[in-house]
Amino acid sequence: MIEPITRPRRKNPLLRTRLPASPPNARSRTAHGFTRAAAEGRFVLQRCGTCSAYSYPAREACPACLSADLVFVDAPRRGTLLSETTVRVPADVYFRERAPWRIGLVGMECGPTMVAHLHADCQEGKSVVMSLQLDKSGQAVAFAHPEHETANMTDDRQWREMTADPKFRRVLVTNGRSAIGQEAVAALKAAGAATIFVGLAEPWKPFRGEDALRTLQGVEIVPLDVGDEKSVSDLAADIAGKVDILVNTAEHIRAGGLLARRTSVVRDEIDQSYLGFVHLAQAFGPAMRMRGADGVNSAAAWVNILSVYALENWPAYGAYSASQAACLSLSHCLRAELRPGGVKVINLFTGPLDTEWFQTVPPPKVAPRVIANAIVSALKNGLEDVFVGDVAEDIRQRLAANPKAVERELGA
Amino acid sequence: MIAAPVTIPYVRYSVESAQWWIGRALKSLVETAGIAPRDIDGFCVSSFTMGTDSAIGLTQHFGLCVRWLDTIPLGGASAIAALRRAARAVQSGDADIVACVAGDTNHVDTFRNTLENFSRFNQDAVYPYGAGGANASFALIARNYMRTFGARREDFGKIAVSQRANALRNPHALMKAPLTIEQYMTARPIADPIHLFDCVMPCAGAEAFLVMREDTAAALKLPAAKILATIERHNAFGNDPVQVRGGWAMDVGELYAMAGLKPDDLDFVQTYDDYPVISMMQFEDLGFCRKGEGPDFVRQHDFTIDGSFPHNTSGGQLSVGQAGAGGAYLGLVEALRQVLGIAGPTQVKDARVGLASGFGMINYDRGLASGAAILAGPAS
Repeated sequence: MIEPITRPRRKNPLLRTRLPASPPNARSRTAHGFTRAAAEGRFVLQRCGTCSAYSYPAREACPACLSADLVFVDAPRRGTLLSETTVRVPADVYFRERAPWRIGLVGMECGPTMVAHLHADCQEGKSVVMSLQLDKSGQAVAFAHPEHETANMTDDRQWREMTADPKFRRVLVTNGRSAIGQEAVAALKAAGAATIFVGLAEPWKPFRGEDALRTLQGVEIVPLDVGDEKSVSDLAADIAGKVDILVNTAEHIRAGGLLARRTSVVRDEIDQSYLGFVHLAQAFGPAMRMRGADGVNSAAAWVNILSVYALENWPAYGAYSASQAACLSLSHCLRAELRPGGVKVINLFTGPLDTEWFQTVPPPKVAPRVIANAIVSALKNGLEDVFVGDVAEDIRQRLAANPKAVERELGA
Repeated sequence: MIAAPVTIPYVRYSVESAQWWIGRALKSLVETAGIAPRDIDGFCVSSFTMGTDSAIGLTQHFGLCVRWLDTIPLGGASAIAALRRAARAVQSGDADIVACVAGDTNHVDTFRNTLENFSRFNQDAVYPYGAGGANASFALIARNYMRTFGARREDFGKIAVSQRANALRNPHALMKAPLTIEQYMTARPIADPIHLFDCVMPCAGAEAFLVMREDTAAALKLPAAKILATIERHNAFGNDPVQVRGGWAMDVGELYAMAGLKPDDLDFVQTYDDYPVISMMQFEDLGFCRKGEGPDFVRQHDFTIDGSFPHNTSGGQLSVGQAGAGGAYLGLVEALRQVLGIAGPTQVKDARVGLASGFGMINYDRGLASGAAILAGPAS
């Protein structure tokens, strides 16, 4: 059984911050089939299209029949822990700093044997349930969980290396004025966040939910206008060193395409969404990357909330879609740059929200609370790409099938 | 025939390159055999640390002009494979004198670099799990073996302690201090149940021998041993969920039939001992006892040079050191010395026939390559 983790004491400012090390990150191109699945929280294995045999590790031909038709498919997660070891003297720096480290051999019910990281409650000879996780290098690894829930399960030391659990961490939510911002604050607080900084631009302007937000324990309102570089860097000078999770809830949504709108509207979208993201990344990113291994409340994740139309332009919100596409592209840059610190960049893709800026759009629409819960779930499970709601899932599937069809249909 | 056993004494770390070590071994081979480098017309090399070189580059490096050439990247099974291929080459007349050499250097960062770049499955599915080299993989195999067949750490310890006793008689062994079973049991844990004295020490060194026909050896007046039988098998028993046996078990019947011998007829055995559990597995798979009886077999025998079952008489890799691919050759070269009666301080009395085995390439969750050879000396 796992001892619950305790809230970390205030950091001794005289001590040097330990620099983050990364676990081995080299993978074959084919093995990124696992990375793709892990990013979305799916468990896949290669399965032969000819003889149906499952295999592992990643191969280019089926070891049962030599067919090249190996497809990554969602696979049964159950297996048995055949043998385990506690590695006490690892060769590389990342594991050496975290030793002892427990791994095992899991015989999957569907056939293959997998080397896996072990949750502390996994027992030799017993059933385990496998998942694919992104480790601190952002690469997929197999992780074995006990079959049934156990006490303080998510506090497991090795599991926390795979996740960005908000418990005892300090979070910056960039926009407290929006419904999503307020729901995110509530959900993160319920998930055990130690402190939640909530950004507010032009704080003299009253807004719905203000009183509730201001009276919440552990919530600290901070001045933040993401479109204003100085405002962002001023705040970062104060708190960047204690932001473990940054949730960018800035939103600037205007309906309309390209031809009927003024350039200033398009520029506003770029200023608020894209440049706002740039300002936040440049101000907070370096400090977060430095603190990737800073104990229980190390820097852990950066969360973006993106429109699913970042993936394919929806002309009804055409300029807005383009601003989201720019943010998506930039998020991949940020992801690469934060990776040496082990800080995850999580992108939530959502369809139209159930907010005033999508007033004329018919349902289904995504409630802000659903977004907030998805944020917490992604942090707790260490995901990277999350599709929230029916519209986002619909677009994802259609894009996988035929992106050209999506383009035509969204523009119809 | 196999002749001219050569060992270039090991060092823990070397600033020299693998090519330097291989060059020393070639030099020692021609001196031992009383031949000139131009007499070598076949060349086979194994090394993890040659960088971008392979056997062909080394021909020019060392001024060899050969008509048969091989690079064998089979880790701990390289020596048996080299012996088999070279023997077929001289048998068929493709070459007359084949130099088989394995050598590796050990810079301070060599071991880690070898780990990181070992194989694709290792890179994709083992190394990212903090496996400290092969230690974690063999820990998983050892623990499963202990649970399945009732082996205890003391049993593994007996193998390691006996080998250390043998090593104390071998001036080339890197381990010079006696090892007691108490020291073995209380050693630092590395990856449970693997502790410090279950692990080999990576080092630099080289080993070599010559393969030729009987008439060639006679003309050179070179003491040589007969190759009575060999086996080689890769990726055997792939469906065993955890490795409990190696490829030997598949071909052991043929090994003894070819040699016309029974396991009892052997005067000594040199197993591939990257970990004691693998030696124990080989006692079973090479026919000295049945599967699962390895622990009892160990309890009933004395594995020292003068014991009831002389085993790894040089001290083995556990006590001499593991010079990369040279580790594959250690047992075979020592076996050759034994049957030629020139093993000196580690000589088993009246040794005529003996066995050496190889095992290697833990590509993912198990060792893939295995082989064994039975040699007979002129006295047999």
